[in-house]
Amino acid sequence: MHGDSISLWNATIAAGNLARRFLAGDSAAVTLSDLAEGSCLGGRAEELRGRSVLIAATDQFPAALALLELDGIARRVVLCPADLPLDHLPFVIASVPVDAIVSDGTTLGADFPCVGPYVTCSPKIAPASIDRNAPSSTEWILLTSGTTGRPKLVAHTLSSLAGAIEGGDSSGAPRVWSTFYDIRRYGGLQIFLRAMLTGGSLVLSSARESTADFLTRAGAHRVSHISGTPSHWRRALMSPAADSIQPRYVRLSGEIADQAILDNLQSFYPQAKVSHAFASTEAGVAFDVNDGLAGFPSSLIGQVGAVEMQVKDGSLRIRSSRTATDYLGCQAGLLKDTQGFVDTGDMLELCGDRYYFAGRRDGVINVGGQKVHPEEVEAVINRHPHVLMSLVRPRKNPLMGALVVADVVLAKDCAATGNETRGMEHEILQLCRLALPRYKVPAAVKFVSDLAVAASGKIVRGHA
Amino acid sequence: MEMKLTRLSLADTGETAQMSVRAVVVAQLNQIAQEQDKRLAPLVDDLALLDSGLDSLCFAIIVARLEDQLGIDPFSSAEDAGFPVTLGEFIRFYENAR
Repeated sequence: MHGDSISLWNATIAAGNLARRFLAGDSAAVTLSDLAEGSCLGGRAEELRGRSVLIAATDQFPAALALLELDGIARRVVLCPADLPLDHLPFVIASVPVDAIVSDGTTLGADFPCVGPYVTCSPKIAPASIDRNAPSSTEWILLTSGTTGRPKLVAHTLSSLAGAIEGGDSSGAPRVWSTFYDIRRYGGLQIFLRAMLTGGSLVLSSARESTADFLTRAGAHRVSHISGTPSHWRRALMSPAADSIQPRYVRLSGEIADQAILDNLQSFYPQAKVSHAFASTEAGVAFDVNDGLAGFPSSLIGQVGAVEMQVKDGSLRIRSSRTATDYLGCQAGLLKDTQGFVDTGDMLELCGDRYYFAGRRDGVINVGGQKVHPEEVEAVINRHPHVLMSLVRPRKNPLMGALVVADVVLAKDCAATGNETRGMEHEILQLCRLALPRYKVPAAVKFVSDLAVAASGKIVRGHA
Repeated sequence: MEMKLTRLSLADTGETAQMSVRAVVVAQLNQIAQEQDKRLAPLVDDLALLDSGLDSLCFAIIVARLEDQLGIDPFSSAEDAGFPVTLGEFIRFYENAR
């Protein structure tokens, strides 16, 4: 790795065409050639050489600029998503350990206690020359929300992060990528790297913006390739601005893509290739599914290749050069088993020659000793043509321990009331009764106007 | 047997109706039997719940729905009261909890 490593910026240059490529946030944009002769760090990158740098900015735009500038220079970059609670920072800083801070000047003030320099990152590029020769390999630290609330620190390298990214696109129309994700999370980072490494441009989302405003802006930039979670996409299809983009490629990851959302996206964007991918911060990108069907061919399990997959005790295990290196910090647990496999905690069910994701191991609802994955029930409910999204959750019960109940959001043009709701409830329950054993059928269906989606793009599941 | 009349708010239909606890319980038993495709025994007070034709999942759902409808769950709140064995006890269980 050392000596011959190539930095993100050098790889971005190598992909060519800098003057025609851009990086756009909601209130600022640059062409990549602007970055070649300037710095978002006021020319202070050299002060950060060899340091472990926490990058904490509210907006993704200056954070993206800082990542382009610091990979190959810093020893480590720690990517803080905008919604990371500040009271976790001392834990993060001690675990890495961090010895420099890059911030936008408001997320963390210059007086924030930390050993080492504090450097402001700005969306404005200041003229500066940066020594990009002899880059060293920078470790990328991603934060995932642990179940106990404290984030887990997951260590990657540029090569593990970019392992699934195939060579540039020299032919055809230029690609303009975008993602509903924050690029400081694994799913968003994949799109940032894809855009930079394969000669594309990138439109960043903004936490300040509504889905409709983001889609309108993405449309104005002629976004051609766009990714998000199934929850992001259900939100997008709810939006009156869904038709402001005409993507050639639509990608889903981060949650189970059920057949309903795949079909809805394909019919709404008939010109797009709709693809769903399995990836996690720890396990990396495992595979893409491009046949328009939920689940994946069972032949992928046990194959020899760049990614090896196993099913053990019902859950998907992955070994590849794309998995994270390790967790940082004490009491973090083991990331891989002794054979180098990462247990994803995602439970699989084999049906014919295809595996389907049943749900998370830790999300199981126990109905009188029988296990229910909320996601498998949601997938059935979502088949109803008037259902936009649903959340299945446990309801405490004195006789069975728990029962399964469902919150359902109907598509915008059928806000049913009174008798119509009754009819809809009956139809949804009929669907469930035909497809599921009795204990998995919701005991109650509640129609709600919306469901909470976390900053990670995943539907918010209360803990049982 | 004395019928206790209670004013109930049926939240899901928006109507407010006068209905006894007994009538509410009996209506739920009939509805669940229909939904779950179960054959319900004649509903008399000394019918043992285990012989009613409904299983524990059915009763779990009934208890949840009665909590929504009546606002009470005597199974969770009155632990010393002893579990009802017959339908009559089951109904009194709810009547006494109000």
